[in-house]
Amino acid sequence: MLKTKTTINRRDFLRTSGEVALFIGLSGILPQLISCRDTGKMQEQLEKHPVTAWVKLSADGGITICNPAAEMGQGSMTSLPVVFAEEFDADWAKVSVEFSPQEAEIYGSEGWTPGSKLMMTVGSRTTHSYWPVMRNAGAQARHVLISSAASYWEVPISEITTAESKVIHEKSGKQMGYGELVPHLVMPDSLPEFKEEDFKKPSEFRLIGKVLPRTEIPEKVDGSAQFAIDIRMPGMVYGVLERGNLHGSRPTLTNEAAIRQMEGVLEVVPLDYAIGVIAESLEQALAAKKNLEINWGPSEALGHNSQEVYREYEKIAASDSPGRAITEIGDVDKAFRSADQTYTADFKNDYVYHSQMEPLNAVIQVAEDLQSAEVWVGSQQGPDTKLGVPGILGIPHEKVRVHLQYLGGGFGRRSMNDFVEECAILAKEVAPLPLKLIWTREDDMTYGAYRPLSFQRLMASTDSRGNLTGFSHCVVGDGGNLVASGVANDHYDIPNQLAEWREASNGIRLKHWRAVGHGPNKFAIECMLDEIAMDQKTDPVEFRRKLMAKSPRALATLEKAAEISDWNGPVSEGRAKGVAFVEHGSLGTGVCEISLDRDTGRIRVHNFWIALDAGVPVQPDNIKAQLEGGIIMGMSSVLKEQITIVDGRVQQSNFDTYQLLRMQDIPDHIETVILPSSERPEGVGETATPMVACAIANAFLKLTGKRLRHLPFTPERVREALNS
Amino acid sequence: MATYTLDVNNREYEVSVSPGTSLLWVLREHLGLTGTKYGCGIAQCGVCTIHIDGSPAKACVIQVDAVAGGQKIRTIEGLSENRDHPIQKAWIEAQAPQCGYCHPGQIMQAVALLEANPDPTREEIKNYMNGVLCRCGTYLRILRAIEMAAKAETNLES
Repeated sequence: MLKTKTTINRRDFLRTSGEVALFIGLSGILPQLISCRDTGKMQEQLEKHPVTAWVKLSADGGITICNPAAEMGQGSMTSLPVVFAEEFDADWAKVSVEFSPQEAEIYGSEGWTPGSKLMMTVGSRTTHSYWPVMRNAGAQARHVLISSAASYWEVPISEITTAESKVIHEKSGKQMGYGELVPHLVMPDSLPEFKEEDFKKPSEFRLIGKVLPRTEIPEKVDGSAQFAIDIRMPGMVYGVLERGNLHGSRPTLTNEAAIRQMEGVLEVVPLDYAIGVIAESLEQALAAKKNLEINWGPSEALGHNSQEVYREYEKIAASDSPGRAITEIGDVDKAFRSADQTYTADFKNDYVYHSQMEPLNAVIQVAEDLQSAEVWVGSQQGPDTKLGVPGILGIPHEKVRVHLQYLGGGFGRRSMNDFVEECAILAKEVAPLPLKLIWTREDDMTYGAYRPLSFQRLMASTDSRGNLTGFSHCVVGDGGNLVASGVANDHYDIPNQLAEWREASNGIRLKHWRAVGHGPNKFAIECMLDEIAMDQKTDPVEFRRKLMAKSPRALATLEKAAEISDWNGPVSEGRAKGVAFVEHGSLGTGVCEISLDRDTGRIRVHNFWIALDAGVPVQPDNIKAQLEGGIIMGMSSVLKEQITIVDGRVQQSNFDTYQLLRMQDIPDHIETVILPSSERPEGVGETATPMVACAIANAFLKLTGKRLRHLPFTPERVREALNS
Repeated sequence: MATYTLDVNNREYEVSVSPGTSLLWVLREHLGLTGTKYGCGIAQCGVCTIHIDGSPAKACVIQVDAVAGGQKIRTIEGLSENRDHPIQKAWIEAQAPQCGYCHPGQIMQAVALLEANPDPTREEIKNYMNGVLCRCGTYLRILRAIEMAAKAETNLES
């Protein structure tokens, strides 16, 4: 039936259908309207053309908007559709949201290279990068409606307005709901490309900036929200892998025959770094995994001891050979030579693990002829929207379809698709049976990809009036930007600056972890500022105020944070406040208030205040939620979390040995103020986390006169600092 | 393999699995009740919290053999028909979840708390909820939701 070349009158065709999809968006592509009932035609269009179906509209007025980003709790399932709906002038009550297909040419937003198209939910880039994309798509979809209304009513298009899912012709008093217009929709021959000045002004926003409940929350309170780990399919089998605790070590299985005889075991699949087992049920696969007898080969990580390696790192920092310069402003050496005072401080941070609550997993079904595959996965996506599966199977990109599911946490771990590739390798063995790959928590933690351990040496100089004249920051560690992000001081007016990265590699798997290098680097920078301020007998807020004189937006966050935290007001006995500033897209200043049990070395955080400038706040309550969560995750990593390596072997394997912050340790109060702005929105998910270490350490310095310079601030390290 | 009869959410299920199989795998992979989540397998994270005869328990460390004797198992799917349990309503009102993965466990733990102690203090809530981890850091909103639900319940009763 699909192959018949009958020309269907477009209007007749549409009149018979309940729901239409507007294939619009890319310039130069003929826009089309396709009935949603005609799934074959929909699929044909999606496969054949780089067209975009951002929205589906049904005759009852229902509107389904596509979300091109991963939803891992950061709220993309609401914030991006809100931006579309604002320009589309939709009645939000009629909107539902679904994930878009994973096709970057169609649904991507600009990546780091100008003009590129990327679908990747990382670096807090989603709201910022999709802002123009969603506005244009929404405006184009609205254009289809108003041009259709104009021809139906036979009036000029310029006389049509819209409001909350209605097209209106004021002169004649006519109006129609968007749904009623469905049978009369006609696709214009071309669609205009809208520009910034064509979009609604902030004063006209009905949805952006308003507190709207998040669309996916109801599913998350009754267990119906579907994560990839929840997928079940007829005939599905289970795969697990044993990867050991020595990264990159090659396994030799010595009891394969015995494993193959175990109940339910279907396949044993050796990989370079792991042994895979496929079984009929999960418990059978896990039982077989437990019984694997493996000899592990050597690894680059052998000999690496995470608590001793700092001595080597320190030597690298002290050596004369320079690293890769990241920031170079003025001449720091000259500034240091002519300084009135100079300061040097070293900072360290241990490995930390993502701990996303849903362990890694995926479901893949490879077709019997091995020429196509379907993937169900919670992924932060990537430059390859098919997540490496086409390469594993040796098939064309378009033969892999990815069904994105909710992510039970990402934090950077799910932007690495090792687990999807593993699933494809195992699924190929049992095609056409669908296979669910599950990492146990032990797999997920021990074979994690951590935020790297790093060492930082900071040096600074001041002139005779206490002005900061030079600032140098040397980061030693593995992974380039993984350790070096966040070293730039774009909002502090310091005339001479140098930031450099020096490499040190240990064979440990590493990955972006929420805020990446910003966590350790802001810790070092902001602590250094307070140490200088203390030595200069200047108040830390006053010290930063001077440095931010040329950055009014940053300064406004400092002033607001000082105000809401009553910075200059009285503090209860035994407590102290500390301040920190962070830029990560959005700009924020945080103030915390702590107390200390000097016997146990336990730090208690009582309050956190944050003032944030995120540009246009698309979803204000969600921004607050991101800041609250960012602070709590920051406190967890700063006060408790630590992966240690002994002779290359990871020492932690589950939440009994790797502690996360629990409810008993939460602050009494996190107060957030979002500063008004009409600038382009900036990401908010990674701005709060890096505030925590420095704000706590600065409060600790004020409270005790002692310095905390090694993350995490475990009770032992706190007691050590007190006794120093 | 052995056959077990389970009473889950007031419905009888028969399942054939090896003795000693974790109740969590039985619920999720055999019965399709996937609202109860896997997080650690060693009763440390609490995302698999369910109720057995009205008391909260961690499904990952319970063997199916131990609950096939008529014990009443309640999971998140059995909490209400229409997401209208007071805790669920409060959870939506507080916009508590982020990624949402731990929240079935959080909700089941919170329901058990309010069934045992309808008007808990903030410290009692923190102590009772301490066993359920949330990596997104939604604890303050969970706390707010429980306080809201407790208040709503108390108002209804008075």
